[in-house]
Amino acid sequence: MNRRDFLKVTGVAGMALTGTDAKGSESSSPSPEFYGVLVDTTRCIGCRACEKACATEHDFPVPDIANDGALETQRDTSETAWTVVNRFDTSEGEVFVKKQCMHCWQPACTAACLTNAMYKTQEGPVIWRSRKCMGCRFCMVSCPFDIPKFEYHEWNPKIQKCNFCFDRLQEGKKPACVEACPTDALMFGMKRDLMEIARVRIYNHPERYVHKIYGEHEVGGTGWLYLSAVPFEEVGFRTDLGTTPYPEYTRDFLYGVPLVLFGLPALLYGMNQMTGSDNED
Amino acid sequence: MSRVTTISEQGGFWSFLRSQLRPRGKILTPFNVISVPIILLGLGILVVRFTQGLGSVTNLSQEYPWGFWIGFDVITGVAFAGGAYTITFAVYIMRMEKYHPIVRATVLNGLLAYIFYAGALALDLGRPWNIINPIIGNSFGFNSVLFLVSWHFLLYMLAELLEFSPVVAEWLGARRARRILSAMTLATVIFGVTLSCLHQSGLGALYLMAKPKIHPLWYSEFIPIFFLVSSIFAGLSMVILEGTLSHRVFKDQIDPKKHHSFEDLVIGLAKGAAIAMFVYYFFRALIFLHDKQWTLLRSGWGAWYLLEIIGLVLIPCFMFAYGVRHRSLGIIKTAAVLTLVGIVLNRLNISIIAYNWYLPVRYYPSWQEIVVTMMVVSAEIWVFRWIVLRMPVLREAHELPSDTQEKPERAAAAASL
Repeated sequence: MNRRDFLKVTGVAGMALTGTDAKGSESSSPSPEFYGVLVDTTRCIGCRACEKACATEHDFPVPDIANDGALETQRDTSETAWTVVNRFDTSEGEVFVKKQCMHCWQPACTAACLTNAMYKTQEGPVIWRSRKCMGCRFCMVSCPFDIPKFEYHEWNPKIQKCNFCFDRLQEGKKPACVEACPTDALMFGMKRDLMEIARVRIYNHPERYVHKIYGEHEVGGTGWLYLSAVPFEEVGFRTDLGTTPYPEYTRDFLYGVPLVLFGLPALLYGMNQMTGSDNED
Repeated sequence: MSRVTTISEQGGFWSFLRSQLRPRGKILTPFNVISVPIILLGLGILVVRFTQGLGSVTNLSQEYPWGFWIGFDVITGVAFAGGAYTITFAVYIMRMEKYHPIVRATVLNGLLAYIFYAGALALDLGRPWNIINPIIGNSFGFNSVLFLVSWHFLLYMLAELLEFSPVVAEWLGARRARRILSAMTLATVIFGVTLSCLHQSGLGALYLMAKPKIHPLWYSEFIPIFFLVSSIFAGLSMVILEGTLSHRVFKDQIDPKKHHSFEDLVIGLAKGAAIAMFVYYFFRALIFLHDKQWTLLRSGWGAWYLLEIIGLVLIPCFMFAYGVRHRSLGIIKTAAVLTLVGIVLNRLNISIIAYNWYLPVRYYPSWQEIVVTMMVVSAEIWVFRWIVLRMPVLREAHELPSDTQEKPERAAAAASL
């Protein structure tokens, strides 16, 4: 038994004692089948129909995609835009990249959330539940993609991020952005199927793609996957995030807590008794 | 001692309370003149904050979701309050009687620090009315470090309240209550020290998932341990400075004989701080060497890192050691100030300065954020002063007649707080 297993066993035992379930390991046995979207940036023409569809679907100000010249600057998602398309000038010419929540397999934001307001659904979308959130913004600190956005100018602020059109998925529909995409740059499906499709595209056109699927392993795997003609760091992706699921970074600490909570008082009491003189007590 | 009054002498609880609420001493002191406008202005800012949103008074942004209120008020303030668990550990667990005279003041400081600085956390919450969710149990985020930290804050405040409660009981002249509460001291201290170890390190663990955002010179998987060890010497330095200040300001509260033992006490605290700091420095240096971060030193960040780790950890550490050897209170106090500056810098580096260090946008606190912080500190000092002037915190425990007839061990237990 190595140290890690020891921590796990004692940690779980401690949690059982405190009456908590081992939810800390929730993410170790998630449903194997998640929804995802494959974004093929070589097919994207930067029309921003996805942005418009998203804003319409979620009651945000609808961008005037024909005239607002938004592609001239690099934009980030915001509290009024869950998805944005950015243009990059690369060695292979113009590349357009859609940005939104990646819907991680093991999200940092849900592990960070102390009220379970950020929630990884069975189907894969990571959603935010207003009744539970207390607005601490720890999800924003933890998210490796800086996706959750906060309404700083509201007395009753919300966290805003792509929810994968969770309501539409439950009605059996595709996400609004995928439905709006005229070039099949976005493809909706089960992540496992999407991985196969992505591999087939790279295999059939090895000269068209870099041989990497962004999101396959990044931060433990994400629901949204990207194909690109140029190295991902040239089109706004962070490639230094590692392949460890982010909740892993705090797991050892959290498993240590029950150990300390029960072990340390015993030690302290023992020290107290040892320092007492013999004629006392 | 003429100020000591009890309920029985005053006749009735309400007239006692009324007499206690009346201001004592001069009204137009420099502190009052400065702090009253700050508190009023701060309250005004809070009205704007709760009606117009956080963005109306703070410089927080999507890139910097946590600013000065978290980085300084909570993360740094809680480290400064580390003296309470360190001193109660020394006195009640290790039975170092030498530090007994400062236990009450330190515990009171710790308690108030948690109430006000952890309370400042609520000002920063976007939806504070939902703060009840992680407590009443309809939404337990067991896998969240923040869940752990918030529970431990809450429980620790209760533990501190219990540790301090014998003083309140004494003030109210409630003999029986004081006896019962004093008997619980060892248990609450054990509980309090345990909780402190967990949430001091937990505050560091909050940043474990911010791995790609914090400059590699400051990010380490050992942040929780750094936070825990540094809270020991931060707390001790705070006790040294706060004790010095109290001795000057509340001079008439303290038995003159104690002034001499206070020097011994400070030297003992400085010894503890020097050792804790050396351990901390050694550990951070070890991590630095292990991660082979030499090339990172060549940037401006490297110089900033060295300022923190050499200038504000290693140098004050040696100053403490020198001050102890030569019994120089001046050097010890200077070292304590430098140490606290170093702690502020370390906590702000991790939470703000070296956080998202690669972005073109920077975060600076707005004047409103600073005024609210000053308001929180001023309000804490007001409450501290109110309690010290009325309850037996700094002065000798007010011996109640019946105590002397009790069994000796009982009396010892009662006198211990």
